[in-house]
Amino acid sequence: MGVDIRVENLNAWYGNTHTLQDINLHIPSNQATALIGPSGCGKSTFVRCLNRMHETNPIARAEGTVLMGGLDIYKDASPVEIRRRVGMVFQRPNPFPTMSIYDNVASGLKLNGFRNKRMLDEVVERSLKQAALWEEVKDDLRKKSGASISGGQQQRLCIARALAVDPEVLLMDEPASALDPVSTAKIEDLIFQLKSQYTIVIVTHNMQQAARVAANTGFFLNGKLVEFDATTKIFTTPSDKRTEDYITGRFG
Amino acid sequence: MRIKFQQNLDELKERLLIMAGLVEQAIQRAIESYTARDLSLCDLVLRSEPAINRMEREIDQAALDLLAMEQPMAVDLRFIIAVIRINSDLERVGDQAVSIASRIQEMGAFANIDLPVDIPKLASLAAAMVRKALQAFIEGDADLAQSVLLLDDQVDEMNADAFRSLSMLITQKPEMAPQALNALIISRNLERVGDHATNIAEDVIFWVRGSDVRHQTATLHEAS
Repeated sequence: MGVDIRVENLNAWYGNTHTLQDINLHIPSNQATALIGPSGCGKSTFVRCLNRMHETNPIARAEGTVLMGGLDIYKDASPVEIRRRVGMVFQRPNPFPTMSIYDNVASGLKLNGFRNKRMLDEVVERSLKQAALWEEVKDDLRKKSGASISGGQQQRLCIARALAVDPEVLLMDEPASALDPVSTAKIEDLIFQLKSQYTIVIVTHNMQQAARVAANTGFFLNGKLVEFDATTKIFTTPSDKRTEDYITGRFG
Repeated sequence: MRIKFQQNLDELKERLLIMAGLVEQAIQRAIESYTARDLSLCDLVLRSEPAINRMEREIDQAALDLLAMEQPMAVDLRFIIAVIRINSDLERVGDQAVSIASRIQEMGAFANIDLPVDIPKLASLAAAMVRKALQAFIEGDADLAQSVLLLDDQVDEMNADAFRSLSMLITQKPEMAPQALNALIISRNLERVGDHATNIAEDVIFWVRGSDVRHQTATLHEAS
């Protein structure tokens, strides 16, 4: 099951640049939450702080509290443990190109020392089914490589790979921006189905997509969270003029 | 800035104002024809209806196109929704003008008698509500729109008074029933015009403030 995420006074820097400033918000469990804002506003940095990926850059640092289901991920958990609990899907599908479809999905478990073949088979099948890819690849699991399938299939393979380690949270950084409309619709359907089991945070430049998939939406601007509210409220009657100006295309 | 989209929104507003001009003219002519018993004005009102209906369809189509092609949000979405609703209310005000003109034509077949009802006063209040609601739309002024809502009770009361006095007249002097009945319908038409003006004002408030104030008259009066 998904867990809620409580962020308190989160600040992040790249070198001397203060990229996130005093972010406070509560992301409910088992819902899709969208983050929108112009390029460079800090939304991607924010999601990278939710799985401690931000700190992998030597000039980057973060301060503040991120409670994931009550667990303080900066104090009470290692980056490795957090990566298991928080899956991430990126803008461009990044399957391991030389690995088979099967090995792509099983890679996370194998890295964690999981060796039982029957159980691996089960997890691979379950994850590919969850990612709505099973029917399309079940006959080629070991024959085809991760790079040999279409872009949309690769993205769903990456989602299956993320789900295989049984995370509580799924972060998606513009997961459909490189995909055609049909593949995009499949990803959005997946988000709709997966949110009952996982907490999903999606960064998107496509506001219609945010409106379609997310229960709540946050608007970032210049490193600050300007507004966070129910998606219907954000897209019909936002409270802040800056949100309204952005979503109506008056800037950004 | 989405320049083309903004131009399309301006154009939609412009079209609605042309529609509003036609409707205001129709209601004004209907009122004048009552006051002056000028049946030629009634003809003009009846002949304006197809143009008003055509404009309603064109504005709806333009609004629908913008919704489909531009996927507007927030204030722009509320504006287009408000335009669609106001468009429909204006067309209905046009229908009321037509109904009034038809009643006046019918009254022309009978002798001109003094009726215990001040139709011109009721008409002037209802028309003022429409004008004020449209002014609020032109200026995006929610406060002005709010003031329109408070006028609706006056129109309702005048219509209720007309109902009482004309019903009594029909009972006491049945020979005046045809004239009284037509006046009763005109009074009711004008009360409806006030209702449509109220709707328009509520749509302006929705567009500007994002709040839905429909069916909240009691709350409004308590607040004022």
